[in-house]
Amino acid sequence: MILLILLVVLAVVLLAAAVYATVQKDLLYAVLATGVVSLALSVFFYLLQAPDVAITEAAIGIALTTIIFIITIRNTTRDEDKYSEDMINRFKTEKE
Amino acid sequence: MSNYQEIISQYRPLLEIIVYGSAVALILIGLYAVLVKKHLVKLVIGLSLIDSGVNLLFVGVGYVTNHTAPIFSPGFETAADKMVDPVPQALVLTAIVIGFAVTALALSLVIRLYRHHKTANVEQLNRLRW
Repeated sequence: MILLILLVVLAVVLLAAAVYATVQKDLLYAVLATGVVSLALSVFFYLLQAPDVAITEAAIGIALTTIIFIITIRNTTRDEDKYSEDMINRFKTEKE
Repeated sequence: MSNYQEIISQYRPLLEIIVYGSAVALILIGLYAVLVKKHLVKLVIGLSLIDSGVNLLFVGVGYVTNHTAPIFSPGFETAADKMVDPVPQALVLTAIVIGFAVTALALSLVIRLYRHHKTANVEQLNRLRW
């Protein structure tokens, strides 16, 4: 019975983290939420009798994907709604 | 582990609902992020979520109740008929690595676009000239 409760809690954590990663405006928090999705997913794989897939998902999904997303956010913008300064200036000059 | 298998075999329909429902919901959430969000990094996050949902669906399809992981260990050389299907697991193992490569390629394209256009917003990328 407690394993079924664990499964339901895992599914709720998985979907809540996925929704949070979609709606969050701060992209750093959204990327960390995708890491939580991968963590819950690897526990799902282990409970479905696939331990090798669980190990691979834990290593690649949590560590490597988060790292390359953070490198991308460092090279672009962190705020989802932020417009770049150069683009704002270009729009102003075009209007004039 | 056998105790866990016996408990889980009594609730097979509930397990199917949880696993398949989570997989389909992940795919739908990722599709929403790809179609609606304006920032390019959010779009790649949506692609990654779709990838995870498809992987979970495949492993869930290959699962057989009351069977063990497909690994031959000492003392279990003749247990091949009591193992879950190893083919979806091998496919998913490959798909995870390919998904990581696809994500890395998409993010490198996002960085190139940002350096060229000085923005990562889809609405401001409407003029494709250089």
